[in-house]
Amino acid sequence: MAGLHLELVSPERLVRSAEVHMVVVPGTEGDFGVLAGHAPLMSSIRPGEIAIYATAGAQPELIRIEGGFAEVSAKGLTILAEKLEPVTVQ
Amino acid sequence: MASLKDLKLRIASVKSTQKITKAKQMVAAAKLRKAQAAAEAARPYQERLGNVVGSLAAKVVVTPNTPKLLTGTGKDQVHLLLVANSDRGLAGAFNSNIVKAARLKAEELQAQGKTVKFFLVGRKGRPVINRLFPGQIVAQFDTMGFKQLGFTEAQAIAAQLLDLFQKGEFDVAHLFYSQFRSAIAQIPTEVQLIPAIAAPAELSNGAVVEYEPDEEGILADLLPRNISVQVYKALLENAASEQGASMTAMDNATRNAGELIGKLTIEYNRSRQAAITKELIEIISGAEAL
Repeated sequence: MAGLHLELVSPERLVRSAEVHMVVVPGTEGDFGVLAGHAPLMSSIRPGEIAIYATAGAQPELIRIEGGFAEVSAKGLTILAEKLEPVTVQ
Repeated sequence: MASLKDLKLRIASVKSTQKITKAKQMVAAAKLRKAQAAAEAARPYQERLGNVVGSLAAKVVVTPNTPKLLTGTGKDQVHLLLVANSDRGLAGAFNSNIVKAARLKAEELQAQGKTVKFFLVGRKGRPVINRLFPGQIVAQFDTMGFKQLGFTEAQAIAAQLLDLFQKGEFDVAHLFYSQFRSAIAQIPTEVQLIPAIAAPAELSNGAVVEYEPDEEGILADLLPRNISVQVYKALLENAASEQGASMTAMDNATRNAGELIGKLTIEYNRSRQAAITKELIEIISGAEAL
């Protein structure tokens, strides 16, 4: 199965563009997971952490986000955010 | 005719000017590359946000609840011109071109009986605008302390702008900056910030898109963000344009100084030769007379 195309974009630059398995996004109305083939969706994001699963069952990579905007389209998931900071896993 | 000493002093002075313009040119060339890279790196965000706002704005049915940033206040009596300049000169006509574009717009609006207010970013445009439109500068953002303008500054400017809007200080906001094309061409550009202009929507294959929260909630969240991004874009384009303009202007200045030095050197040598010839003639004719 083809992976999900994820793009993380901050105002300064395109932070990441990669194929991943799943992303869990902290939406304003609750967290939601996005897998490949997700229905089109637009949601604002509340401050929280995005979890990126590179492969199924892998340890998620956490990225701190200070609010932003997520768009799911046929092309994949695009996250627009003002501030993105990787969270170091303890 | 200037004396030999005067010429010598003049040549020395032009030479030191040339040194300054040459140094500034090289600095601008180095900074230009950085500024250009920053402007390019920021493009993906602007494009995506622009697309989303455009397609959302086109879909929303205007109701009394629709964000004012999209629909406007219903009037267009008071216009605010947000003029982004730089803090330093030595950049050719860079600043005056932006101010000129803003001035023309302001005069046009005033001729239509509208009220014009100014919001200035940067130091350079202030004296001119203050002279032409005294008392019409309602706000300014000082950029002197910042080495490189980042998104934080853009957000601060946008916040100030939104604050003025909420207080009902203006109905329509225009943004003036210089679009970077190349080191030779920078185009003074005007963008309408408020109310937002709905770009022709690019629908995602006509698929039904789910919104969380609803369209209006998202728009209310996105529109202020869009303004920050537009301001940020203007700042970046301005930074690149300033360096480009500076590079070209300093290149010209260096070349002119070189030409001037050449001319002055020729003049200096000529008068030196003339003085020697004159002395020789005096000696020879003196000897012949004996």
